[in-house]
Amino acid sequence: MAARAVWLAFRGGLGRRQAFSTKANVQGSGRITVEVIEHLERLALVDFGSREAVARLEKAVAFADRLREVDTDGVEPMESVLEDRCLYLRSDNVAEGNCAEELLQNSHRVMEEYFVAPPGNISLPKLDKQESFLHS
Amino acid sequence: MLGRTLREVSVALKQGQITPTELCRKCLSRIQRTKFLNAYITVSEEVALKQAEESEKRYKNGRSLGDLDGIPVAVKDNFSTSGIETTCASNMLKGYIPPFNATVVQKLLDQGALLLGKTNLDEFAMGSGSTDGAFGPVKNPWSFSKQYREQKREQRRPKLHREREGTDWLIAGGSSGGSAAAVSALTCFAALGSDTGGSTRNPAAHCGLVGFKPSYGLVSRHGLIPLVNSMDVPGILTRCVDDTAIVLGVLAGHDPKDSTTVQDPVKPFTLPSLTDVSKLCIGIPKEYLVPELSSEIRSLWSKAADLFESAGAKVIEVSLPHTSYSIVCYHVLCTSEVASNMARFDGLEYGHRCDVSVSTEAMYAATRREGFNDVVRGRILSGNFFLLKENYENYFIKAQKVRRLIANDFVNVFNSGVDILLTPTTLSEAVPFLEFIKEDNRTRSAQDDIFTQAVNMAGLPAVSVPAALSAQGLPVGLQFIGRAFCDQKLLTVARWFEQQVQFPVLQLQGLMDDCSSAFENEKLASVSLKQ
Repeated sequence: MAARAVWLAFRGGLGRRQAFSTKANVQGSGRITVEVIEHLERLALVDFGSREAVARLEKAVAFADRLREVDTDGVEPMESVLEDRCLYLRSDNVAEGNCAEELLQNSHRVMEEYFVAPPGNISLPKLDKQESFLHS
Repeated sequence: MLGRTLREVSVALKQGQITPTELCRKCLSRIQRTKFLNAYITVSEEVALKQAEESEKRYKNGRSLGDLDGIPVAVKDNFSTSGIETTCASNMLKGYIPPFNATVVQKLLDQGALLLGKTNLDEFAMGSGSTDGAFGPVKNPWSFSKQYREQKREQRRPKLHREREGTDWLIAGGSSGGSAAAVSALTCFAALGSDTGGSTRNPAAHCGLVGFKPSYGLVSRHGLIPLVNSMDVPGILTRCVDDTAIVLGVLAGHDPKDSTTVQDPVKPFTLPSLTDVSKLCIGIPKEYLVPELSSEIRSLWSKAADLFESAGAKVIEVSLPHTSYSIVCYHVLCTSEVASNMARFDGLEYGHRCDVSVSTEAMYAATRREGFNDVVRGRILSGNFFLLKENYENYFIKAQKVRRLIANDFVNVFNSGVDILLTPTTLSEAVPFLEFIKEDNRTRSAQDDIFTQAVNMAGLPAVSVPAALSAQGLPVGLQFIGRAFCDQKLLTVARWFEQQVQFPVLQLQGLMDDCSSAFENEKLASVSLKQ
């Protein structure tokens, strides 16, 4: 299928495609499982691309785990340093706009006044066991 | 002329000693001659000359707009500039031309400043060295300075042949390294940077400049391509504190287009002369005395404290107990907000777009794969991890709670009578690029941001002021931190310190003819911290 060929070509261009095991070189909790990797890639629409990237994430998570040492009982989360102030809201009057042409100029693919996107509602396919760089 | 301060040049323009066009041409020529620094991504020569022409007309008619009229400035390439390419040093935005000006850019232009160009940075402002951008790294002008070279010869280091093409140049710091290099190399009189974890103060310290981070909410972020919405602020880089005050006076104030700017009326930023520091209380946070701090900087920090004390100020040790957790907390919050902010780059409305057309998701994934570098992708993935349902409470919410504890630490210290905190800005002076890249971006950021990023979490104003040259002839800066919205007081104290220290001018070898002495006219008593 043409779509599959394109998909493989795009995934194939990811650089090093050595097979490796997630069990080796896992430091810390080993929580970055294959499922997590696929899930993150799907959510972020950004791929790991290499074993080093997975290792970096593991280190980042291990680093973040240090937060557990802090006692935060009874402490409210802080979302903004300006939490004690009222957020400014302007009145709902149209003051500017009508710049569709200018905005469309920055896009690669437009048609009339539409941004053109490829078909939606098609999930990013999961990697086959053969192509996956996660399985040895 | 180029070595003068903004204020001095402004006077020169008003008195007709030089015209805006002449000044503009000098700066453009200097940019060409310092091209090897790679400070600029885009040089907007035509735009600048046209602006210079208009400025000249205003001066001729006696109707100049103010202190910034005709003054060449540079802007970091993550601020949107209408009609001028804005890339954030990323392939994702190569060729992107915004249809509007960031508010801070517009304010500068409205005051008649000349926009020389867009400066280089780490990709999407992620990094502490200005080494990870799509257009290459920025070289610290001090690598080529007379001061540094002479020290190298004295210490009998291996001689460099072909200095400018040599490989042992130093990093400029980041992520606003391009802006810092541009101001430091005398190509412009002020530059805009951005500061999320120290990105303006870090390169300022490495390049011998004043790097100012305003209070969060004082200056508009509209048009600043966001990294961490709750911590980003536009930063100002200049060669002296007075110049920073001039620029801040133009930029500060509520912006209806940025609802996170406060509506308080803006007090003018003309800095009073401070002669008596006896009513001042300076706090020295003891947790900032870390083993990794270079002994030279530790000694300078101590001498600076002594300087204040001998001038009559009260200098006390204070405690910010959660300091050791601030870098972890920042790491989680930063990556989480980044994961959200980078979601807008899908290739549809602007920026790079991949040819994949199987499905929207496939196109997005391919576009983002090609457009972002490893650093950005790494942060997005980390951020998404921390935001997963099963992790949200334990990482993101937890970090927000720790953020409150860190912010409260500062509030407690200021409430106990301390006016200003004095800390180092960086762990050491600028290191060689080859050494810097031995560790990855995240590790470096975690190390280098240690003194600067807690300030972003608390939203406080802070400024790095050049204090002295190291034994190697490189700049070292010290940081002052103030209470929220007490930016004027902070700058007043910083200026007093600057006057005591008399930091030397960069002397670029081979370009000495332009470096007329900046401080010839100042006849102040000077106390060098090196003595």
